[in-house]
Amino acid sequence: MHTLTSTDGPATGGAAADAATLRVTARTVVADGVVALELASPSGLRLPDWTPGAHIDLVLPDGTTRQYSLCGDRWDPHAYRIGVLREEAGRGGSAYVHDVLRVGDLVGVGGPRNRFALVPADRYLFVAGGIGITPLLPMVRQADLLGADWRLLYGGRRRASMAFVDELSRYGDRVEVVPRDEAGHPDLHRFLDTPAPGTAVYACGPAPLLDAVQAACSSWPPHALRTERFVAAEPAAPVRRAPFDVELARSGVVLTVPPHRTVLEALDDVGVEVLSSCRQGVCGTCEVTVLAGEPDHRDALLDDDERRAGGCMFVCVSRARSDRLVLDL
Amino acid sequence: MITAHTAPPVDPTDPFGHDVLEDPLPLHAALRDAGPLVHLTEYDVYALARYREVHAALVDWQAFQSGAGVGLSNFRHEEPWRPASLLLENDPPRHDAPRRVLRAVLGPGALRRLRDAWFADARELVDRVLADGDEFDAVARLAEAFPLRVFPDAVGIPREGREQLLPLGDHNFNAFGPPNDLVRKGEPRLPELSAWVASRCRRDTLSGDGIGARIWAAADRGDITAEQAPLVVRSLLLAGVDTTVHGLSATLYALATHPDQWRRLREQPHLARAAFDEAVRWESPVQTFFRTTTTDVRVGDHVVPDGRKVLLFLGAANRDPRRWEDPDSFDLSRDPSGHVGFGMGIHQCVGQHIARLEAEALLTALAGRVRSIELAAPTVRHHNNTLRAWGSIPVRVRLG
Ligand code: FES
Repeated sequence: MHTLTSTDGPATGGAAADAATLRVTARTVVADGVVALELASPSGLRLPDWTPGAHIDLVLPDGTTRQYSLCGDRWDPHAYRIGVLREEAGRGGSAYVHDVLRVGDLVGVGGPRNRFALVPADRYLFVAGGIGITPLLPMVRQADLLGADWRLLYGGRRRASMAFVDELSRYGDRVEVVPRDEAGHPDLHRFLDTPAPGTAVYACGPAPLLDAVQAACSSWPPHALRTERFVAAEPAAPVRRAPFDVELARSGVVLTVPPHRTVLEALDDVGVEVLSSCRQGVCGTCEVTVLAGEPDHRDALLDDDERRAGGCMFVCVSRARSDRLVLDL
Repeated sequence: MITAHTAPPVDPTDPFGHDVLEDPLPLHAALRDAGPLVHLTEYDVYALARYREVHAALVDWQAFQSGAGVGLSNFRHEEPWRPASLLLENDPPRHDAPRRVLRAVLGPGALRRLRDAWFADARELVDRVLADGDEFDAVARLAEAFPLRVFPDAVGIPREGREQLLPLGDHNFNAFGPPNDLVRKGEPRLPELSAWVASRCRRDTLSGDGIGARIWAAADRGDITAEQAPLVVRSLLLAGVDTTVHGLSATLYALATHPDQWRRLREQPHLARAAFDEAVRWESPVQTFFRTTTTDVRVGDHVVPDGRKVLLFLGAANRDPRRWEDPDSFDLSRDPSGHVGFGMGIHQCVGQHIARLEAEALLTALAGRVRSIELAAPTVRHHNNTLRAWGSIPVRVRLG
């Protein structure tokens, strides 16, 4: 039986800080070099809702930020699942997850955000390369639930290195698993052969695969193909763990935001009220204009262009990369 | 497993009866005090009226679905009176794409584009109303006039005929209740009005640069389907006018009856947004919505069986003394954050920032010219099964 549990809503405060710090509640090796982590609120709160294709920012205890697609069950409000591939050539983030992070540890989380949303279609063709299966996993489940006609082509180096193959086995021959050492490269041209109206193509994986998918889709109508590239280069400064200053332009007041307070709470501490609602970075109520400084955006609202353009932030979750933010307050 | 659970307290009141619509506060207090869950015998539905439970149910879309209708009628057994709303009466995953598109077209960028023009429009409207004399009906002259002027413009529908949006929206919100006299009142004109709004949502009647056109552009990109686009525009038009009208009316009524708060707004015009949100908390223009349980749900010591309608009293939650200090007072020094007047969770009002911007523009213009505002004659409520609404708020103003 389901119990209606008080979320002890955002209104009473505290929920936002909890949503931004989650606990590792399970860690499973799901393929050679791939671990799946489950994350939950340390105080048992509901986590912010998400949609297939969404990712979260994982802020590791050493201050580095990495993005991982959510690959769990969106109907479960209490757990996020991500799959992490150990990248030998990576910058250490995945090695940290594999070698150091353990069940019980706390990690910072931003988002979830979705730049790879599933659009309505009669038919879906999914192409996954390696760990690129993660965002597609919840999409596949949803396409199936909606009764859409769908197929998945899943390529990888070796069968043992391919995550979630068991989970996919229940879909029978809708899923084609192609380990390179057994079957060579997946036959994209056959798979994406005929452009069909009402069909959406989703692909996620390493750059060469995506380039090949793009080439195979050259005769498809524009917008039929949607891809998500692993963004390897995000040289942004590490998200700060030190306090930062917020200057209120209209009064000249300067306050310091310590690591355990949100900007919204810090403003409230000095009697500056900013209207808020969800306190999870999803509703947009607490938008504040940024006059100077570089926000560390952790909301689920701004797209990449808006982030780059700067100019505003959602103070219930977002913080600062720079030492000081000047806000229009 | 056998668990003993007691039957919840019952209340025989018709929450859609005229005396409740005239003044819902006594029923709200009785429901909150009866317990976390109440059985409303008139319609054999359940009620949540305390803040904690209402908030929790609003965010719990998994157990409290919207797809069986957010009105009294249960789409599991009954045919909806019109094609169900893609937004309001839809659950994930079907709810995702329309919601995402609407959120994008109503996002920070859209608001920035509208801001200056809406502030100028508000000043012009206020100047015109004040030029006609110092007594007027704040509902007709301001609360209805302003949204009807700026919002359909922003969506991109033509000037002509747009006042039809008010009776149509009114009927739309009545239809979430039982088939009572309020619903019957709206029915005769329904075919005509529905056809009218459908024709306004078509791509070729929408202006090329508005929010409506951007919804169609999303269909061109495949983010929603071409069949969904006009329904998304329709949702925007039906949900975005009456609610804002009554939210503005509530704010104007609150300020006209609280002279100290009006003075405060005059001294600190940046409080305009807080004033609107406090009024939305205090009056809750959207009073109630139903959800339907998708499984047996335990609430306190009681159980709502699967598939049953649960009426969420947003207005009662927003005045629950367990959550709010001195909840019945309209107070600009209060932080109204966390009120459920716009809902909460995945169905939270996607147009709330547009409504806030309308309110900010209108209140700023008014506060710039009006020294005091007071009631000039008795006010008249407008009854609606879902909305807490005003028919008339006659006011007298002094300039300066
Ligand atoms: S309160 Fe909702 S985004 Fe900050």
